Amino acid sequence: MVDYFNEDITSLHDKLVRKEISVRQLVEATYDYIDKTEGKVNAFITLNKEAALKQADALDEKGVDPDNLLSGIPLGIKDNIVTKGLKTTAASHILDNFMPVYNATVMDKLDALDTITVGKTNMDEFAMGGSTETSYFGKTHNPWNLDKVPGGSSGGSAAAVAAGEVIAALGTDTGGSIRQPAAFNGIFGIKPTYGRVSRWGLMAFGSSLDQIGVMSRTIKDSALVLNAISGHDEHDGTSAAADVPDFTAALNQDIKGLKIAVPKEYMDEGVDDDVVSAIKAAIATFEKLGATVEEVTLPYTKYAVPAYYIIASSEASSNLQRYDGIRYGFRAKDVNSLKSVYVRSRSEGFGDEVKRRIMLGSFSLSAGYYDAYFKKAAQVRTLVKRDFDQLFEKYDLVLGPTAPTSAFGLGEKITDPVTMYLNDILTIPANLAGIPAASVPAGFSKDGLPIGVQLMAKALDEATIFKAADAFERHTDFHNQVPAFKGGQN
Amino acid sequence: MISKEQVTHVADLARLEFDEAQLNNFTTQLDKIVDFVDQLNEVDTTGIEPTTHVTSAVNVFRDDVPQKGEGRAALLKNVPEERDGLIRVPAIIDKEED
Amino acid sequence: MNFETTIGLEVHVELKTKTKMFSPSPVEFGDEPNTNTNVIDFGFPGVLPKVNKQAYRYGIMVALALNANVTKDTHFDRKNYFYPDNPKAYQITQFEKPLGTDGWVEIEVDGQKKKIGIAELHVEEDAGKNTHSEDGYSYVDLNRQGTPLIEIVSKPDIASPDEAYAYLEKLRQIVQFTGASDVKMEEGSMRVDTNISIRPIGQSEYGTKTELKNLNSFNFVRQGLAYEEKRQSRILMSGGSIRQETRRYDDATGQTYLMRVKEGSDDYRYFPEPDIPPFHLSDDWINEIKASIPEMPDKRRDRYVNDFGLPEYDAQVITNTKEMSDFFDAAVNHNADPKQVSNWLMGEVNAYLNENKVDLPQTKLTPENLAAMINLIKDGTISSKIAKKVFQETITNGTEPKKYVEDKGMVQLSDPAKLTPIVDGILDSNQQSIDDFKNGKDRAVGFLIGQIMKQTRGKANPKVVNQILMTELKKR
Repeated sequence: MVDYFNEDITSLHDKLVRKEISVRQLVEATYDYIDKTEGKVNAFITLNKEAALKQADALDEKGVDPDNLLSGIPLGIKDNIVTKGLKTTAASHILDNFMPVYNATVMDKLDALDTITVGKTNMDEFAMGGSTETSYFGKTHNPWNLDKVPGGSSGGSAAAVAAGEVIAALGTDTGGSIRQPAAFNGIFGIKPTYGRVSRWGLMAFGSSLDQIGVMSRTIKDSALVLNAISGHDEHDGTSAAADVPDFTAALNQDIKGLKIAVPKEYMDEGVDDDVVSAIKAAIATFEKLGATVEEVTLPYTKYAVPAYYIIASSEASSNLQRYDGIRYGFRAKDVNSLKSVYVRSRSEGFGDEVKRRIMLGSFSLSAGYYDAYFKKAAQVRTLVKRDFDQLFEKYDLVLGPTAPTSAFGLGEKITDPVTMYLNDILTIPANLAGIPAASVPAGFSKDGLPIGVQLMAKALDEATIFKAADAFERHTDFHNQVPAFKGGQN
Repeated sequence: MISKEQVTHVADLARLEFDEAQLNNFTTQLDKIVDFVDQLNEVDTTGIEPTTHVTSAVNVFRDDVPQKGEGRAALLKNVPEERDGLIRVPAIIDKEED
Repeated sequence: MNFETTIGLEVHVELKTKTKMFSPSPVEFGDEPNTNTNVIDFGFPGVLPKVNKQAYRYGIMVALALNANVTKDTHFDRKNYFYPDNPKAYQITQFEKPLGTDGWVEIEVDGQKKKIGIAELHVEEDAGKNTHSEDGYSYVDLNRQGTPLIEIVSKPDIASPDEAYAYLEKLRQIVQFTGASDVKMEEGSMRVDTNISIRPIGQSEYGTKTELKNLNSFNFVRQGLAYEEKRQSRILMSGGSIRQETRRYDDATGQTYLMRVKEGSDDYRYFPEPDIPPFHLSDDWINEIKASIPEMPDKRRDRYVNDFGLPEYDAQVITNTKEMSDFFDAAVNHNADPKQVSNWLMGEVNAYLNENKVDLPQTKLTPENLAAMINLIKDGTISSKIAKKVFQETITNGTEPKKYVEDKGMVQLSDPAKLTPIVDGILDSNQQSIDDFKNGKDRAVGFLIGQIMKQTRGKANPKVVNQILMTELKKR
């Protein structure tokens, strides 16, 4: 009845307003499809069917607001965004029974626009990972090839969209966790400027790096959802006071004269040939559309990864101390001393990758090591940021691959942390600098796996990313490709 | 080189424990990771201020106006052990961190 | 061997704000456990702190009042440690760049004035409360969690328990005058941690410190330190050495007891709090706060001595609390004679407060009423004896003195036209006294006045009565 591969939010809205379908029918169709696909993809940790159907009936009763494109649209929400009354686990054993008593600001904003939460999507535990393999609730599979990872940490959101389970989903991005899975799944994903979207209700990983963003097949759909969730929030002191432009106003624009920089470090030997070819083709497309593209250098790129892993892990080590088995979450059984409540609950409740980061972070902050590790990394961050500031004096966008490779095999990198970390080299710099960045579908590898091109802009200039990405989308066909996998068929 | 003693000390700070096999594994991995991040030493950061915030916001304050919370019943809903509105934990004997 | 003592004091002061340091939960004491809490105080996943402007303002105010430099470019830090009353397992505090540095207060001990340096002060959040129960469990109440605190750390300038006492008194006085806190040890709004070491005179490095806990009054601080000073010198004199340890003061025995031995230093893994943007404070704001600080006790004391001619001691007593000093100023502003106001405050008012165990603001006495009463005495409307009755009435019930004396017919009889016949009447019936007076026995005058007062039921103005009596006696 509804096939998300043939729809976007605007067309669904149209059908709902014209009562071609009811909200209940849309929601039922969504869950029917999910029932068929989840056994293969495993994109969701928790489904919200009962509440979603109830909400759908209420909306049908009230009538879909013709002026509100998001009314009645089912969305996936990453499971590190707290949803009042809907289990939120961050894909961790330590929170597998956690029921939030308040809503994230993004959820309040979406609720006010009557979107429907289909469920909570799978992810790497506490968003730590690039493959969604560290989830306590099992791995998510890449719909383009079920033996491949969907990327991560927002792998569930990306796979849900790519598999046609939802039209769009919220993800979060601390070091590439929206963009890399978007690239691996052949969809669009945007991490806005740090502070553009409130972090209130986002389970913190690296507080100075985390941002909530959107993933969808079409660029317009992401623009619509980002419009809805952006803006200053009194609850979040780090949220930007700046006005939010209508991101859809950036669509259908001419990009003639747009100045694009391509850092040579982003096309280095570590990047797969397939990826390099796809990016070169994308550059040619942008040039054809009237943009000027120049090679530049971002000399500190190499150091972004170690700096990031120290900063993110240090913040995480502190942010995750609250999971102590005292006030909520998992408390180890048969513990009779306070210290064992802490030690056993945490040791049994966290997975290995989370423990590794906690250990690295605690080490980097510990007495005698702070200056050499945390402070040093924060200084390198200054240099990385400064590089970008200088580039954006001359250029509108920085362009490069989103990831050095297309989706890798399940189990391929999980045993080697450093190799896994290096996979984030192209996405991490935007988080360190706090600038907006997106991944746009830009082609396929020889074995048919999606490749993404990354666009970065100066702080608070998401509009330029939307403008360029939309122009690219209008002149390419990658976003219309559908994975061979389809629910119930493959 | 990261030693097992260092790993044990950091684990204690973070309230984590590892058995012998895990400890060996973690020590090896952490050592690799620390080795990897040590390449930052190649960067001259003399006189460079650290960046710990990338928000444009500064001087953010809240007015001193009380607001009602979510209510005790809701807040205590997730508490593993509760009695008479209090959170129950095994007796605190170690006053080390009072 | 002679030793010199070095004392360090770390004072925590609870701020008088309506809400917590980083959450809008109300700051209230004595409520049901865990009721003044929200998701922030519980440290739920996803919550974020937001700084209470009034608390930060108080911090700057106290820094300025303590002659400290205000740090304009600063941030908050996280102090990481696990404890059930610390829900996030980190405390948000200021470690790297405290909001105030390098301040001082002046103390006086045995007539000697001395400046005590303040190394730094900063704002931070308080922890919740653990109750240790007999049943093998502890119970956590997070009502106090997040209450705004200022921590004030002294420089190693304090050289005796008496100086420590004077420093605390002065600190309490100054902070109280800013209005930032009630600063009451007995209610827990002021808490003191101390450390003390001694070293042979002439030795440049400090001796090993011991820390003292459970000091619930300034007196206990003084007694505990004095005990510890003696204990340490006894050990050193006998060739022993001091261990770095924390000791508990027992006010029943006046002695200190070992709590625990410190091994190495704590590792709190401090780092800048990423959830709170940095501060770049403007001179305008700091100046505005400076201008809003009430006049400090030392200045007031000088003004009372120089402008009003109060004795030094009286000025000291009146400036002991801001309430008393404000009250004094207000009464003087209602045109009462400063010396009289001071006498009343030091005398009857203080007696009343002590007797009823209350503070001035808890009584019904207003500066306006005290001034009015003093002026009724001055213009002869009431006698000082009557005034005591009026005082009891106005401090207990808040009755306006003038109205009260009129209603009760307590107005003093000063009119000679009314008094002369009464005096004559008394003289007529006391010939013996007139004779005595003529024979030079002055006592007779006293007797006669007594008779007159008796007849007027104490309302006659003694001064006027005296004049009339003399005139009338001479006529006889």
